Amino acid sequence: MKISWKEYQKDIADDHYYYARSCIRQNFFPGSEAAFLHILGNDLGRDILDDARHTSCTGIGYHSDIVPLDTIMTVVARQFALMTEAGYENFVSSCITSFGIYSEALEMWHEFPEQEEKAHEYLYKATGREFKKPKNLAHTSDIIFHHRHQIAAQAKHKLINVQTGEPLKVVDHIGCHYAKIFPKVGVGGSEFPYVLSGMVEAWGGECIDYPERRHCCGFGFRNYLVQANRGCPVANSKKKLESMAPYKPDFIVANCPGCTMFLDRWQYAISEMEGTLYGQDGHGIPVLTYEEMAGLVLGYDPWDLGMQLHQVAVEPLLDKMGIEYDPGAKYLGKNGKFIGKPEDSLIGCYTK
Amino acid sequence: MTSWGYSISRPRSIDIDRNDMSYSKELLREYPELQTCIACGNCTAACTAANFTSFSLRKVHTLVRRGEYQGMAEELEKCMLCGKCRLACPRGINTRQIVLTIKKHLANRSR
Repeated sequence: MKISWKEYQKDIADDHYYYARSCIRQNFFPGSEAAFLHILGNDLGRDILDDARHTSCTGIGYHSDIVPLDTIMTVVARQFALMTEAGYENFVSSCITSFGIYSEALEMWHEFPEQEEKAHEYLYKATGREFKKPKNLAHTSDIIFHHRHQIAAQAKHKLINVQTGEPLKVVDHIGCHYAKIFPKVGVGGSEFPYVLSGMVEAWGGECIDYPERRHCCGFGFRNYLVQANRGCPVANSKKKLESMAPYKPDFIVANCPGCTMFLDRWQYAISEMEGTLYGQDGHGIPVLTYEEMAGLVLGYDPWDLGMQLHQVAVEPLLDKMGIEYDPGAKYLGKNGKFIGKPEDSLIGCYTK
Repeated sequence: MTSWGYSISRPRSIDIDRNDMSYSKELLREYPELQTCIACGNCTAACTAANFTSFSLRKVHTLVRRGEYQGMAEELEKCMLCGKCRLACPRGINTRQIVLTIKKHLANRSR
């Protein structure tokens, strides 16, 4: 038995990745996956394949009891088959739910080899494909964590308040399916995950240890799919936000698509419902993906990172970091075309 | 105004740190025998009022000890002060007196 969180370390491949996108991130934070590919390919010089043939892992249906185990197992086998055909052995998942699904499939096949046989059989009958299990399975946050010192060496900005010289206070939030299902697959295990705090420390910030740090954000496909049930998920995020607010965090960083979306969007919902804001000076607390955080550190334009699509305005954070940006370009797309601007909320949550 | 189709659920956890425990402590000082209560519910089982209403002395006692007083005054109005609960209590607690004392305190609080 492992007695210290430091023993929960994992091997993370250094190069040659097969990339599996997330279904929901591309809608919630559409710039993050593009930023990841750009950082890996251009800034870090790594080989990564963005394969258009792969599909959703169907985790949404699986966790909502719509997709049965045999089906999702076969879908996972197909993703691995595509990786095998492309000549890769290191599988990288952009989504925490998918990461949990792939980890679960691999663990299940290890414990019950007859299930793996079934997966081979189903996949071959359905598609004629064959697969090999990946040599290395990692989440994209693991990959950024693995290269954090290299990113720090190329940093244009640090996670430091340029006005005060103090480190920015950061809340790191880890998705439950990262390591709470299988502690051995996460850096630091489930109790002390280091994957995000490692990045924050390497780039000059300071993590806040607040009482509800390991509390779930409330996301869960079954929990929120039905509109009438959403009172419970929002209550979870509220509990976390109330717990972190006294520590005055400068921003939140999360490694799960659902958590990032919830902690950002619920701040708007809570402000509209109850008039409460958790940030400083009449603002919310900006919520970043780790790719956005890495992108800002590397000097990417915040609007290229898709940060105009956040519900909580990021400008106060950009000002603290000393990042120059064009306020007039916030709602302009790649081709300079106006992409539309959200209406101001009752208490100005998502416009500066 | 936006129609959300849901509202924020209130937490079901009991946060003792946020509750006003001052009266709970005062009650225990006055009636230390309350510490011997095993929450068996005999008081409620024997209660005439509980036969016809949702009144539960066991619940009232638990909530007051936790510092939760919302709706307590209305709840205690259902008690007829017959004293059957006192006869049923295996710990010999003067439950009738406890009800009277809590009622008196709640009346003072609301003034």
